[in-house]
Amino acid sequence: MAKTHVTTTINGDETEFLCETEQTLLDVLRDELHMTGTKEGCGTGDCGACSVTMDGRLICSCLVLGVETHGHKIETIEGMADGDALHPLQRNFIDMAALQCGICTPGVLVAAKNLLEKNPDPSETEVRFWLAGNLCRCTGYDKIIRAVMETAAEMRGA
Amino acid sequence: MPDEVNTEFKWVGKRNPRPDGVDKVTGRAKYGADLYLPGMLVGKTLRSPHAHARIKSIDTSKAKALAGVKAVVTSADFPAIPKPPGPHGPMISDFRDNSMNMMARDKVLYDGHPVAAVAATSEKIARQALKLIEVDYEVLPHVIDPVEAMKPDAPILHDDQVTEGEDEKTAKPSNVYRIPRAQKGDVEKGFAEADLVIEREFTTKAVHQGYIEPHACVAQASDDGVELFCSTQGQYVDRGSCAKLLGLDISKIRVTSSEIGGGFGGKIPIYSEPVAIRLAQLARRPVKMVMSRDEVFRATGPTSGAHVRIKIGAKKDGTITAAEGEMTYQAGAFKGASIGAAMNCMFSPYDLENIHVWGYDVCVNRPKVAAYRAPGVPMAAFGVEGVINELADELGIDRVDLRLINAAKEGTQNVMGMKYGPIGFQEMLEKMKAHPHYNAPLGENQGRGLAAGYWLHAGGMSCASVNVSDDGTVTLIEGNPDIGGSRASMAAMVAEELGIDYNKVRPIISDTSSLGFTFLTAGSRVTFATGMACVLAARNAIKVACDRAAQMWGVSEEEVVWEDGHARPAGANVGDHEPMSLAEIAAKAPMTGGPIAGHAEINATGQGPATGAHLVDVEVDRESGHVKVLRYTVFQDVGRAISPDYVEGQLQGGAVQGIGWALNEEYIYDDKGRLENPGFLDYRVPVASDVPMIDVCMIEVPNPNHPYGVRGVGETPIVPPQAAVANAVENAVGLRFRDLPVSPPKIRKAIKDAGG
Ligand code: FES
Ligand code: FES
Repeated sequence: MAKTHVTTTINGDETEFLCETEQTLLDVLRDELHMTGTKEGCGTGDCGACSVTMDGRLICSCLVLGVETHGHKIETIEGMADGDALHPLQRNFIDMAALQCGICTPGVLVAAKNLLEKNPDPSETEVRFWLAGNLCRCTGYDKIIRAVMETAAEMRGA
Repeated sequence: MPDEVNTEFKWVGKRNPRPDGVDKVTGRAKYGADLYLPGMLVGKTLRSPHAHARIKSIDTSKAKALAGVKAVVTSADFPAIPKPPGPHGPMISDFRDNSMNMMARDKVLYDGHPVAAVAATSEKIARQALKLIEVDYEVLPHVIDPVEAMKPDAPILHDDQVTEGEDEKTAKPSNVYRIPRAQKGDVEKGFAEADLVIEREFTTKAVHQGYIEPHACVAQASDDGVELFCSTQGQYVDRGSCAKLLGLDISKIRVTSSEIGGGFGGKIPIYSEPVAIRLAQLARRPVKMVMSRDEVFRATGPTSGAHVRIKIGAKKDGTITAAEGEMTYQAGAFKGASIGAAMNCMFSPYDLENIHVWGYDVCVNRPKVAAYRAPGVPMAAFGVEGVINELADELGIDRVDLRLINAAKEGTQNVMGMKYGPIGFQEMLEKMKAHPHYNAPLGENQGRGLAAGYWLHAGGMSCASVNVSDDGTVTLIEGNPDIGGSRASMAAMVAEELGIDYNKVRPIISDTSSLGFTFLTAGSRVTFATGMACVLAARNAIKVACDRAAQMWGVSEEEVVWEDGHARPAGANVGDHEPMSLAEIAAKAPMTGGPIAGHAEINATGQGPATGAHLVDVEVDRESGHVKVLRYTVFQDVGRAISPDYVEGQLQGGAVQGIGWALNEEYIYDDKGRLENPGFLDYRVPVASDVPMIDVCMIEVPNPNHPYGVRGVGETPIVPPQAAVANAVENAVGLRFRDLPVSPPKIRKAIKDAGG
C-alpha cells in the first residue's frame, strides 16, 4: 500500500513525512525523522519513555499513529531547550541529579513540563500521580519529584 | 594502593554537574537503538512458543524467498561449541551455554528461546519473514519450579549434565548443576549452645531487572572486521563473547558501547549481538536488532526465584551461636544461579562463629538468569533477616539491639574467611536507633520493619588514559559504560589529582579498540577499580609534567613536586622557579619531549564490602490487602561518596527496586510454561505514586585500599528492602509473611485465614 503523506508541526517547524498506516508517531519520529530523543521502552503505553505532546496534550507517541498527527502540533524533547538555553526543568534535572541512566528522562521531562503548564503549583502527590505513567527504574523517583517541585517554585518566582 | 585518605577535597565529594547531563536532558545522548546507518536492515528473532521441545526441523526457504529479506540464520550458521568449551576470557564462563542460549540447537528450553533470525529491509518484512519460517517441534514435558526439577522423575533439560562432582559416565543426568557449600566453625555445637533455635522456609519469585531501555545493537561487518554498537555493561566482555560465539579474532571486532538505559546486571550477558553480526556478515549491510519489551521479559535477565531455609540459634542475651542456610535457586535454562555470592553475603553483616551454607543451582525451563544488583543475595537475606527479626521478637530484644550484639566489625571473618578492614555497620545501626524515624509514632494498621544487608564488591581489570591537550585541558579515557553518573566521579578524582578545574576534564568512554581491556560496569566496581586506574593515570601524567618542568628549570625530576595544579620546586635549595601550571607546561610540550599523558593498566584488589540497613513504615488496607509505603530511610556505609548526589541516587533506586520485589513483582507462568505477564502492565514495577521520598543516611568509613576511600555503593541497597518491607507488613497486621511478593491477595488471604 502506498505511504501516506502527512504534514505536521514538530517543535514549531512544519514537517512533512511519508508513513505507512500502521507506523506509530514514535516510529515516525525515530525511524523516519531520526529524532531519537523520544525513547521506546515498551511500545504498549506502559512506560512513558515515548511521551510527547500533541496540541498541548500529553500522549504516548507509541499509541498514536503517524497519520493521525496530520495538521497537529507535536512537541518533543528536542524542542524543550531554547537553543543552548536549557528549560529550567532540564537545568534542575542536571543540578539535582534527577537522572541516572537517563533513558526515562526525555519522557519524564516532557510530562513534567506539561504538568507545570497546567498546574504551576502542584503538590508532591500531584506530581507523583502525574508522573505515574513514566517509569524510572533507576532513581526511585525521589530526586525527580524534588527537581520538578523545585522548578515549579522557581518558575512561580517563589 | 595504600595511600593516605584525605579529608579536604575540592571536587571529590562535591555535587558537580555530570559531564553527560546536557546530552541526556536534551535527547541528544545516543542509546542502543538510536543509531541509524545508511542501508541498515532490521533484524528480528523467531522465538520458541514452547517451554521445552525438540527441534525436529527448521525450514527457512520461504522466508529467504520473500522480497526484502537479506539474510536468515539458525544455529547452523554459528560454530557448534564443544564440551568443555575451552579457554576463555573474564566473564565468558561457559560460552557453550551462551551459544545455545543465543540460538537454540537441538532443543528449545524456554518460552522465548531464539530459534532463528532474519534481516530485512523493513520491520514489516522482517515480521512477515518470521511467520514464514517453519519449525517442527516435538513438545516435551517441562519443569518451572526448582524443587520439582530436583525430583527423580523430573523432565531433564540437559542430557549431558550431571551434578558437579559426580562421575559423568555413571551418574544420571540431573537438573542440579552443582551444590556449592561453605562452612565456618561447627554449627552442631553452636545450635546445642543456643537457648532458642528458629528454623523457617522462605520463597521468592523470579523478578526482572526492568531496565527501561530494551536490549539494542547495530552490527556492521566486512572482511576487514566487525563493528558493533550496543547497549551493554561491558563492551570488552561483549567483544570476547562475540569472538567466541562467532569464531573470530578478538581484535577483529570493535565494540562501541552506546549510552545505556539501565542494566542492573541484566546487560552483562549477550543475546542478539552475535546474531546481528552474523546477519550483517551474510547480508553485507548494517543490521539493527532491538528487542521488544515482551522479548526482554521472556528471554533476558530475570534473577532466580528461590526457596530458602534458614536456621539460626541464639542465647537468651541475643548472641547468635549458629546459623545455617540452604538455598534452592532457579538457574533458568542453563546453569549459573548466583549461589556463591549469596553464600558469601547472607550472614556477612554479622560476626558469627558457626555458619554452614549451601545451595542447589537448578536448571528449569525459564530464561537463563542474569545478575541483578547484588546477584543472589536479596533472596537469601530475605530469609536471614526475617529469622533475625523473629528471634528478636521471641527473645524480647529490640531488633536493632539484636543486630548490634552480633554486628560485624573490623577483624570479623565471614564464612568465606574474608577478614574485614574498617566497616561501618555498628556505627550505622547506632545511627538508625538514634534517628527520629526509629521511634516516630505509628497509627492503626501501620507497621515498621527493618533489615540489614551486605555486598562484597568487585575489583578487577581496568585501564585509563589521561591526555593533556596543549591548552591544559584534559581528556580522560576509560572503558566503563556510564549507567548512573560514573563519568562525574572519574572526572572529579582526576581533577582533584591534577589540581585543575573539574570542567577542564572531559571523560570519554572508550570503544574496545581505543583502550586496553576494562572489565564490566558491574559489582559496584567502577568507581573503585576504574576510579583507581584514573587516579593512577593522572599521577603518571603528573610525573611527565614534573619531568618537563625539571627539564625547563635545569633541575632533576626529584627536585620538582606537584601541588595545587602546579609544578613547584621541591625546596628552597632547588632554586627560584615560578610554579608552572599544567596549561603552561602543556603549551611547551612540543619543545620538551612531546605530548603529556599518563596511562594505567591495573587489576584492582582491596575492595571493601558495604553494609546497609533499611527502615520502613507501611500501612496495610485490611480490606484490599494493599500496602502503602509511608516512610523509608536507607542507612549505608558508603566508604566515601565521590559524587554524593549519585550515591544517594543508588541508595534510593535500589530501595525502590527492592520495594517492587517485595510487594508486586513476579514472573507468572501458565501450565504450559509460558510467561503470562511479559509487559509492564502485568509485571508491575513501582511507579512514582507508589513510593514516598526515600531518605538517605550515609555513613562514611573510607576503604583504606582506595586513594579516595571508595567502597562501591550500588548493590547493597537492594538487599535489605524485601525483609524490611515484609517485616513492616508483619508488624502492621500481626502475621508473618515468608513468601514474596507480599501482594494484596496473599495479605487478604492471610488476614482472612487468621479470622480477620
Ligand atoms: S514506549 Fe510508549 S509508553 Fe512505553
Ligand atoms: S534514570 Fe534510568 S530509568 Fe530513569
